[in-house]
Amino acid sequence: MTITFKLYAGLSEHLPAHARRNSAEIELLPNETVDQVIDRQQVPREDVHLVLVNGNYLDEGQRATHVLTKGDTLAIWPPVAGG
Amino acid sequence: MSWTGNVLRVDLSAGTCTTEPTNMEWAHDYMGQRGLATKYLVEETDPKVDPLSPDNKMIFATGPLTSTIAPTSGRWSVVCKGPLTGAIACSNSGGFFGAELKNAGWDMVIFEGKSDSPVYLDITNDQAELKDASDLWGKSVWETETTLRDRRGDPDVRVASIGLAGENAVLYAAIVNDLDRAAGRSGVGAVMGSKHLKAVVVRGTVGVKVADPMALMKSSNAAKEILAEHAVTGTGLPTHGTQVLMNIINEVGALPTRNCQDVQFDGAHDISAEAMAEVRESDGQANLVSNHACFGCPISCARRSKIDPTHFTVKDKPEYQHVSGGLEYEAAWALGAANGVNDLEALTYANFVCNEQGLDPISLGSTIGAAIDLYDSGAITQEDTGGLALEFGNTESFVAMVEATARGEGFGKEIGQGSKRLCEKYGRPELSMTVKGQEFPAYDPRGIQGMGLTYATSNRGACHLRSYTVSSEVLGLPEKTDPHVTEGKAGLVKAFQDLTAGVDSSGTCIFTTFALSGDDIAPMVDASCEGDWSVERFVEVGERIWNMERQYNIDAGFTGADDTLPERLLKDAAKTGPAKGHVNRLDEMLPEYYELRGWDTSGVPTRETLSRLGL
Repeated sequence: MTITFKLYAGLSEHLPAHARRNSAEIELLPNETVDQVIDRQQVPREDVHLVLVNGNYLDEGQRATHVLTKGDTLAIWPPVAGG
Repeated sequence: MSWTGNVLRVDLSAGTCTTEPTNMEWAHDYMGQRGLATKYLVEETDPKVDPLSPDNKMIFATGPLTSTIAPTSGRWSVVCKGPLTGAIACSNSGGFFGAELKNAGWDMVIFEGKSDSPVYLDITNDQAELKDASDLWGKSVWETETTLRDRRGDPDVRVASIGLAGENAVLYAAIVNDLDRAAGRSGVGAVMGSKHLKAVVVRGTVGVKVADPMALMKSSNAAKEILAEHAVTGTGLPTHGTQVLMNIINEVGALPTRNCQDVQFDGAHDISAEAMAEVRESDGQANLVSNHACFGCPISCARRSKIDPTHFTVKDKPEYQHVSGGLEYEAAWALGAANGVNDLEALTYANFVCNEQGLDPISLGSTIGAAIDLYDSGAITQEDTGGLALEFGNTESFVAMVEATARGEGFGKEIGQGSKRLCEKYGRPELSMTVKGQEFPAYDPRGIQGMGLTYATSNRGACHLRSYTVSSEVLGLPEKTDPHVTEGKAGLVKAFQDLTAGVDSSGTCIFTTFALSGDDIAPMVDASCEGDWSVERFVEVGERIWNMERQYNIDAGFTGADDTLPERLLKDAAKTGPAKGHVNRLDEMLPEYYELRGWDTSGVPTRETLSRLGL
């Protein structure tokens, strides 16, 4: 059971070695939450700002309880902006 | 006080330069830059004037904080009636030109009339003179700026000029300063060209006096500390630049793609900040060379890049094989996703051409996207395009259209008129992704509801720099709102519009507001200017400016019916991503917005509102 895991900007260095174009397929453990994936992939929590699951925003409180499912896309950015 | 108190009036018809005192009563009510210059334009011109006629005026304006120690104090604006829209035009630029103009002792320069032959304005402090520019007409921005700097023999002079696009009346021609910073939107460069004004050269050594230097130092230092410590302005923007948005906006399903046929682009990563930083196989270098700062800016968000010298666009053109400004996000989107082109080097080349010849890459890219859509639908053929087969994702034909538009050749002349005129001419007006005639930027309102209201009500035509609700709806700054709901968006848009109008009139950059609030900015204005500049007054000035611009547009002939979006965004639902199935629900936001603004149900400011704001 896998998900698509994406890290951008300053978080890119925490991608798995097999990642390509800021994206990697990773195994998902049973009932794993967003926060648990973030920790397992050793992404520093303090650098995590924008978290999207299938493009939808999750606030900090939701990340601890939101259980990921097969085929989800989890994308994460540090604090960034533009315009 | 940090207004210089001096306005330079340049009568191009008579060939004269005269000095007059700044109207300080207006300065107290409209602050400076965008607000004060618009007040002058409103008072001095007929709103129904032909934008490209000698009767239109064009104002170069600084703000009270321009060239002070306040952070990001390099901003200046160009205000006139816009040729692309027929509405008020106000285009803001950074770099170093604005600070130099203020340092020379000028709050504003008002250009009126039209010169019989090409001229440039040469300013050294209080000395200003119109000089012959016949030898510069037909030259690019890059050639013009280099020539004038050499001619003055002073490396510290600053230049703002137009390229071929401004001379050829491309309706979205830009005025470019410092080689690659631009007053880019709404066609201010075409107005400059219509007056036969090629360039303005300025050297200023007078300096700027402020009302309370110690208070300004204290408030500026406090603001700089916030900017340095904030993760976005201290790290995110300097490291990754605006281009970091490409993958974000694509992921949330709001990246306008192939003239808004889609809301996600499978080539987004190829043209993103992350791609710019990747080392190329061909020459072992990355597209991105460095970041760059405007005058007095501690953020340093700008990108500087170098095109792969083996790329087909430049391999026989050494003049493009140097470092120039870009790509920024809006340009990368408009030149790229809007046309389905994912060739980063080609987009960088197209952006360099925009720098070189003075073009707004947003309107250029979006208009090319509309042309491809016209071709796709059979409304135009190779007979119309001069033999070019237009198709989304075709890099070669895209580059050919960019070059033809910059040079004013063949079908490029039609691209240069903008997508509204282009699509109307070929009987498919609904294919133009514009509001009030101006192409909208890089956020699809089906995926970010507040941006629909932002575009629909923007006084200068569709624009993200009048109310950047993306900050809240996507990035969570200052607080997160849901991009898919319409509730609360009317108030959000109004708040962003009023604060932005204040910032745009102060002489500082809107990017500070990712970290600073009005409570941080108002004290700097208060320390610099005479009078009591509370945050409430700062925002009220913004609201006054917004209503003044609105009234100007109404007097120019616009109505509430123009506060709308292209049919595609209101009727054709997004096909993919989190906003799949959504259209923009403008009708749920607009009536509440009018009410919050104190306008009647047809979008006209009521007498009570105008009276409350002293209009």
